Amino acid sequence: MPDALLQIADLTKRFGGVTASDHITLDIWRGELHAIIGPNGAGKTTLIGQLTGELAPNSGHIRFDGQDITALPVYRRSQLGLARSFQITSLFLDFTALDNVALAVQAHAGHSFRFWHDARREPELREPARAALDRVGLTRRADVRVANLSHGEHRQLEIAMALATRPRMLLLDEPMAGMGPEESARMVAMLRELKQELTILLIEHDMEAVFALADRITVLVYGRVIASGTPDAIRANAEVREAYLGEQQVVAHG
Amino acid sequence: MKALATPRGMVVAVLLIFLALLPVYAAASGNAFLLTLFTRIVILAIAATSLNLIMGYGGLVSFGHAAYLGVGGYVIGILAKEGITSGFVQWPLALVVSGLFALVVGALSLRTRGVYFIMITLAFAQMIYYVAVGLDRYGGDDGLTIYRRSQFAGLLNLSNKTVFYYVCLILLMAVIYVCWRLVNSRFGLVVQGARSNDRRMRSLGFPTFRYRLTCFVIAGVLCGLAGALLANHTDFVSPAMMHWTRSGDLIVMVVLGGMASSFGPLIGAVALLVLEETLSGVTEYWQIILGPLLLLVVLFARGGIDGLLAGGRRA
Repeated sequence: MPDALLQIADLTKRFGGVTASDHITLDIWRGELHAIIGPNGAGKTTLIGQLTGELAPNSGHIRFDGQDITALPVYRRSQLGLARSFQITSLFLDFTALDNVALAVQAHAGHSFRFWHDARREPELREPARAALDRVGLTRRADVRVANLSHGEHRQLEIAMALATRPRMLLLDEPMAGMGPEESARMVAMLRELKQELTILLIEHDMEAVFALADRITVLVYGRVIASGTPDAIRANAEVREAYLGEQQVVAHG
Repeated sequence: MKALATPRGMVVAVLLIFLALLPVYAAASGNAFLLTLFTRIVILAIAATSLNLIMGYGGLVSFGHAAYLGVGGYVIGILAKEGITSGFVQWPLALVVSGLFALVVGALSLRTRGVYFIMITLAFAQMIYYVAVGLDRYGGDDGLTIYRRSQFAGLLNLSNKTVFYYVCLILLMAVIYVCWRLVNSRFGLVVQGARSNDRRMRSLGFPTFRYRLTCFVIAGVLCGLAGALLANHTDFVSPAMMHWTRSGDLIVMVVLGGMASSFGPLIGAVALLVLEETLSGVTEYWQIILGPLLLLVVLFARGGIDGLLAGGRRA
């Protein structure tokens, strides 16, 4: 049995009469890239919300590296090394790209009750931030205000910020949403590189990308896990094909 | 020197030179009223600068900021009435009490957002207003005359109008400088990040509440200082100091001058109070002119006067 970094046990979340997470049990192994797929409304974003702490589950437990984090607030989970990128780009629009990443570095560089020194001149914040921008290929855009960057660049910046918090695990919520084929290809290449060193939980609609990247895939339908396994096993799973993949011919011969 | 070459740099420089030389001009022309007016402007500019810290940089519209003016002022007034006139006791106490009041207000109000935040800060200000009205021993509704200004053991004579003006001006410059350092520090970036996107800040690992609360308390302390100065300036404190319309005036100064800009609140205070002074000489209904003017600023110059001078950077 491989070593699990993130353990989700019997997680249930209800919104009124709707069960958005229905007794989800799932282990994410250390070092794997685990993808979660499912039709719209399957409860993927609800699941991410509970993992990051923005939503409280009705029952069940979440363990990160052995520690029960079910009741921890959002910022504590980030400090433990659980970083996320947002489905809808969520950046500081009136700051530059470098400022954005430097804030992410600062979040994990001790407390911020430092009132006097110009934070934009602190090498211990700026240098790691530049390094993270380099990794996602935004070096030349460092001093541009985020409001003036393109959509694709926003997505890259999201990843750079997640990386800058020096996480042990990345939660990526549809990193390729709204991207053109060329940008998607670049993102896939980048994620392939990142999975060498990080555990990644990927939620994504782009099936081609998912099957190209994932070590294991979990299929969520109406808040329930209907299958979990290697890409080949998922492709061959009859229930999955019926529930979900049937509509997406591309996967059958992808 | 590069900053001076811009229109904005030049206006700020001219304004500062004007403020520095004002007592000389007032003495030469024998216009004592000018000095009194500008002392008031400088003091309220300190209050507006402190409001800018939470409103401009923190994105938190406090509609009860005049309460700290009142708290700071009443500490001076009450101590003076009880025979304690030493500024070395009065002023630190004014700052501490204002800060504690801000801590209580902030601890409750910062758990809410938007309209609710505005309402809670307003509610606290109204509460303290009525507390002051109820203080019979200290003049109640009529207010309390201060017979002796704060004493600084012969080091400073605040009863000298020129000395007092310069004390206020130096404190204003110090407050602007401190705020400038603050907003560019790690702390300041957290506060500004939370204005821009609080949810993202928390997911990055920042416990934003405690930073916002600290910022709220600092703003309260600085406004308490303005209150202590105002009490000394008018030799009088009354509940009117913290009436909600006064809080509104402070918001207008910040918006008019330019939110999230170092000198914006000062520019706004000068603009509003000079406008009030000149227009009210022309017509009793001077606010009819002020209103549309404000509307124009909000509609066409989101960065206020300072933003216009900087070339619509924020437009």
